[in-house]
Amino acid sequence: MSAAHAPVLSCTGLARTFGALRAVDGIDLSLATGARHALIGPNGAGKSTLFQLLAGGLRPSSGRVWLDGRDVTRMSDAARARLGISQTFQHSSLFPSMTVGANVTLAAERALGKPWSPVPRHAPALRQRVEELLADVGLLGRRAFPVAALSHGECRQLEIAVALATAPRVLLLDEPAAGMSPAESERLAELLDRLPAAIALLFVEHDLDLVFRLATRVTVLHLGKVLLSGPPEEVRGSAEVQEAYLGTGRLEDLFLADSQEVAAEVERA
Amino acid sequence: MPAWFDNHLISLLNGLAIGSLLFILAVGLSLIFGMMDVLNLAHGVLFLAGAYAAWWVAGESPSWPGFLAALAVAGAVGALAGIGLSLMVERLRHRSHLAQAQLTLGLTLIAADILSVVFGNDVHTINPPPGLDGSVMLLGKAYPVYRLALIGLGALLASAVHLIVERTSLGALIRATVADRQMVAAVGVDARKVKAAVFAVGALLATVAGVLGAPVYGARPGLDGTVLLLALVVVVIGGLGSVRGAVVGALVIGEIDTLGRSLLSDLASFVLFGALAVVLILRPRGLFGAASGART
Amino acid sequence: MSSSRARVVMIAGLVALAVAPLVIDDYAATILARVLVFALFAASLDLLVGITGLPSLGHGAYFGAGAYAAGWVAIHVTTSAPATLLAAAAVSALVALVAGSVAVRARGVFFLMLTLALGEIAEQLAQSWHSVTGGSDGLYGIPASRVLGVALTEVRWFTWYVLAVFIAGMAIIRTIVASPLGATLRGIRDNEPRMRALGYRTYHYKLAVFVIAGAIAGVAGALLAAQQRVVTPADLGFAGSVPVLVAVIVGGEATSWGPCVGAAIVVVVRDVLGPSLGGHSSLVLGSVFVAVVFLLPGGLARRRGSR
Repeated sequence: MSAAHAPVLSCTGLARTFGALRAVDGIDLSLATGARHALIGPNGAGKSTLFQLLAGGLRPSSGRVWLDGRDVTRMSDAARARLGISQTFQHSSLFPSMTVGANVTLAAERALGKPWSPVPRHAPALRQRVEELLADVGLLGRRAFPVAALSHGECRQLEIAVALATAPRVLLLDEPAAGMSPAESERLAELLDRLPAAIALLFVEHDLDLVFRLATRVTVLHLGKVLLSGPPEEVRGSAEVQEAYLGTGRLEDLFLADSQEVAAEVERA
Repeated sequence: MPAWFDNHLISLLNGLAIGSLLFILAVGLSLIFGMMDVLNLAHGVLFLAGAYAAWWVAGESPSWPGFLAALAVAGAVGALAGIGLSLMVERLRHRSHLAQAQLTLGLTLIAADILSVVFGNDVHTINPPPGLDGSVMLLGKAYPVYRLALIGLGALLASAVHLIVERTSLGALIRATVADRQMVAAVGVDARKVKAAVFAVGALLATVAGVLGAPVYGARPGLDGTVLLLALVVVVIGGLGSVRGAVVGALVIGEIDTLGRSLLSDLASFVLFGALAVVLILRPRGLFGAASGART
Repeated sequence: MSSSRARVVMIAGLVALAVAPLVIDDYAATILARVLVFALFAASLDLLVGITGLPSLGHGAYFGAGAYAAGWVAIHVTTSAPATLLAAAAVSALVALVAGSVAVRARGVFFLMLTLALGEIAEQLAQSWHSVTGGSDGLYGIPASRVLGVALTEVRWFTWYVLAVFIAGMAIIRTIVASPLGATLRGIRDNEPRMRALGYRTYHYKLAVFVIAGAIAGVAGALLAAQQRVVTPADLGFAGSVPVLVAVIVGGEATSWGPCVGAAIVVVVRDVLGPSLGGHSSLVLGSVFVAVVFLLPGGLARRRGSR
């Protein structure tokens, strides 16, 4: 990571306690423009809490959050979203009374349209953008369908379309592949591959195949602190990380280098 | 300061008496809301039913047996009504809490109308039972004994409820449910029985409060709306699901309503609802409310 | 039904309403006018309840504020109808702005309680402020409104006036519902945290719809003042706010005509059937309300599709 690129999103000494629980305990993180940065860690490590602190849904107990060098710690989630942060949620957070198309339109309207207009408008540019977004996630044919008719994987895809509709500069994805079948995960991986280079991506994932396919940088959280942060290979080879996840199990079992090796192993056995 | 105290002693004591009554009424509403997120808008009409029960069973000048009988009848009616309400509300468990509140509102409309059919539209007054119907001299002024009895009763009941909630396993269950509903359900407690019990006790307290309050408020159409609002303010300010909050809230509101009225007359209402607004904004859980639990 | 068929039905209905005053007697025309006023009131509440998900149990405060404003202007300034309507809209919008800035910070049942309390404050205010509102006696002796110099003393002309204002008000409401603003409000209803995560300043939108709904309710109140010629504090509190909520829920929240259907039911039960029910309209309405809550969750004109 070049030192000339100032981070687009960063936090220093970020902490959040709930009563006696230190969910996030002094975290420094920085996200460069165009980053593909994964956040991993065992359950309870504080990943979702960290996300909420970065996006503004939760106020920190201490520490600061910076967006483009600007201190946004005191800013609300809506204000930060308007400055270019967008996120998806672990459990799909959509608008159940509306169609697929209306969901994305609502998001796009905020950034590109006039959401306060009390009079119906003709906005062909907006409509076209919505269609592009839906096509990107493969939901163009489902545009008129109500959200209730979507499968789980399609809901996750819609989540991402909605998050991208605001033309964000920072995208926070909380377990985007959760509950997806291998085919759906593959499609998701292709979509994330195609993301514009200008968008900085920080994503939490348990699907380590996805992590190591996409990420140029991986941060491991454990018990609210950063355990390790660096290039994927470094994380993969780290004994500390292995121990945090598994106790004293074999790291090779966790981080399968690639499917061909596995296939070869199975053949040999 | 002592002179002011002298002049306003009556109002101060009235405030305590009303506060005691409000506590008995509101603690049930608070627990029902705290445990089930159900806003029981029928609480006011239960109070009114109790007041009418007092007039009907005990008459305008009740004897002790009459008064006690009225308490028993009101208690029984309240408990049955509470169980009935809990059953109906339970059927809407999968809809929103708003739908449940609307249900209680609809039932209130029906019940209020039935009460006016049965008891007419006149204002009925009830005297306190013998022995409590006199006055006692306090600092040179006569003060109704009944109201002092109310203060005493309120304190007794508050202690009793406090003991039950803090020291018994039922109380532990109540506190646990208010604090974390899902956890209690996960542990396997039969929620429906607990809910029915809480609703029954809450409604019972409301009707009993109506009987006890009859010598103070009488019984008349429209009284249900008035006390419902006071109870709501008490519960919101004191905190949902908190007995301590109900005590503090009831005393505060009791004082604002009486002392405030004698000092500020009409402005007292503004203070009352203004306080409600302020608390709802700054501390939506109320002064002593649980940090988690209640959802929209 | 398809939207073009729905449009035909709507136009037919409006034509029927326009022709009605010519063929029905004075009593029926009075009831029709009452239904139209209440329907506009209910439709304004549905902007809050059905569209934005803000269950208000204190909407009577803005209805009443508009009624008092219109009445006061008619008595002290001018009986010109546009002036009274404007005064009503302005005053009720202001009251809604003040009350709403406090109320929309809360959600769900808390919002319900807060609006209830604010409605009671409004009623108290009306009772205390003798010089302006006439105190607990109410504001009476309101003179008839004038449209283009003609006093609307004849029931037929008054009913047409009410119909015109009703149509204008409904047009405004329907336009908003179909606009991007309407979609934003529905988004807030469906999932406010998501809206915030998308960058919407939800507080401002909720306050805006609260003021708009209050202003329209105020205009309906002005019509009430012109019809009844009297306004009382009870119109502002619990008693003024419960029937209109019942109308919205029974008729069907977030439907085009549900609130109007519900309003018709409430007015007919209360005013037309009331005497033959022995004055027990509350019982009937309460029963219908409970039945709808249990059996017909979307109301009579049930919500269809994505609305």
